[in-house]
Amino acid sequence: MFNHTDVLETIEMVEKEHLDIRTVTMGISLLSCIRGSGKETADAVYDRVMKKAQNLVKTADGLSREYGIPIVNKRVSVTPVSLITAAFPEKSALVGKALDRAAGELGIDFLGGYSALVHKGTADYEEIFLKTIPEVLAQTERLCSSVNVGSSRSGINMDAVAEMGGIIKRAAELTGEKDGLGCAKLVVFCNAVEDNPFMAGAFHGVGEADTVINVGVSGPGVVQHALKFAPEANLTEAAEIIKRTAFKITRAGQLIAKEAASRLNTRFGIVDLSLAPTPARGDSVAHILQELGLEVVGCHGTTAALAMLNDAVKKGGVMASSQVGGLSGAFIPVSEDIGMIESATAGKITLDKLEAMTCVCSVGLDMIAIPGDTPDTTISAMIADEAAIGMINNKTTAVRVIPAPGKKVGDEVSFGGLLGRAPVMPVHGGDSGKFIRRGGLIPAPIHSFKN
Amino acid sequence: MRAVVTVTGSDRRGVVAKVSNFLFERNVNIEDISQTILGDQFAMIMMVDTSESKIEFSALAEELEAKGKEIGMTVRLQHAAIFDAMHNV
Repeated sequence: MFNHTDVLETIEMVEKEHLDIRTVTMGISLLSCIRGSGKETADAVYDRVMKKAQNLVKTADGLSREYGIPIVNKRVSVTPVSLITAAFPEKSALVGKALDRAAGELGIDFLGGYSALVHKGTADYEEIFLKTIPEVLAQTERLCSSVNVGSSRSGINMDAVAEMGGIIKRAAELTGEKDGLGCAKLVVFCNAVEDNPFMAGAFHGVGEADTVINVGVSGPGVVQHALKFAPEANLTEAAEIIKRTAFKITRAGQLIAKEAASRLNTRFGIVDLSLAPTPARGDSVAHILQELGLEVVGCHGTTAALAMLNDAVKKGGVMASSQVGGLSGAFIPVSEDIGMIESATAGKITLDKLEAMTCVCSVGLDMIAIPGDTPDTTISAMIADEAAIGMINNKTTAVRVIPAPGKKVGDEVSFGGLLGRAPVMPVHGGDSGKFIRRGGLIPAPIHSFKN
Repeated sequence: MRAVVTVTGSDRRGVVAKVSNFLFERNVNIEDISQTILGDQFAMIMMVDTSESKIEFSALAEELEAKGKEIGMTVRLQHAAIFDAMHNV
């Protein structure tokens, strides 16, 4: 028999503190779908995803009912599509649309993997593929795209960085009537991971097994609630509280992941130990930082608080799961976190502070609305800065910014649902154009030579 | 299968009898039962075995939830494994 406190604590976490399994993501290899033409390949891709993931939603919903813990999203990630369409890159959109159609019919919310890995150089077929991204994102609903432009081992492909600034702008323009929604489905990475269950950056790496189940846990509200009961704790004690809470959250994720994999007759991949916020009140990473004693997220001390939080979440989570992976850490998307939205709207958090925060958390500049007339080269320069942080610090960094068409600083963009809303934030005005147009490869850092 | 039934709410009159009887009718065996008062809230926790249940687990969970509404309490049925995982190393 369990004691009362334990049972009621779990129930309270779910019912009052937004504890949930944020996503059960099935990774599916598409390598066996390559055929002689775009049309045949698209058909094979559609058939394979429909077959492999046919029971994903039903199984996840069943688990949710039986264990009494919500599973918010059911998703699929696939092999980077640029590899599947390498022989006919101009037909990549056919595969993208087939994937989107499958996602709709499966009843999942997002499917990730309209992706390319160009961190050391862009092949000819990848050049063509990259140019298809804006149109495909505008013409699909659930498809997500990501591009890896750098890594600690290879350096940063600055030609690709230069290209991505324009691609992001075009993706925004083509979805202008929806505030540039296309950009919410497009991430530019450095050190992208192959087993990430979270969107928009999920894809199924070529080193992965045929089909796997990766699970992303959540629960910022649970951590904040636990800290509320220790207002006088010093930061060592606060870190311990976060660790213990992260352990419990992750154990729930591990249980669901194992059970989902078993019922779907698939391998268990990883649990991603992330604190993923939503725009709902009580589900905010920013509010955890404020619970630690900051008046508002973005003030001095924010980076230190986030570093402690991120590390404690990992330490608690690592012991709770047999296989940890993905991005694992605290997410700081602006539009998807009510505390961040409030701080950004009040002008209390800046892009510079967000950039500093990305040095110590698990992701990068995420879901940030910027003026629609931001030059392509400025966006590229933001990507270069983030990629440099990732490359030098051996961590994943990403940029998911939305240059909202027709909007200027002070306006707001609204995507609804988990994608939330965000004020348009100012970017620096100085011209980065000449630096970006130089192109080439920023060489890998000295500490990459480990062999 | 080991599962946990939790009943919470403010009105405790006849709750044990009603829920126990409901489980008995569906051939669900109660292995342990305990009650507590948290502030003005009543909480009852039952450890049950559903392996001989007349209906399958998710249907049982739905019926229990409906029964809870009928008696003005919140009733949940969950696999015991979730509590095991979160609270026992």
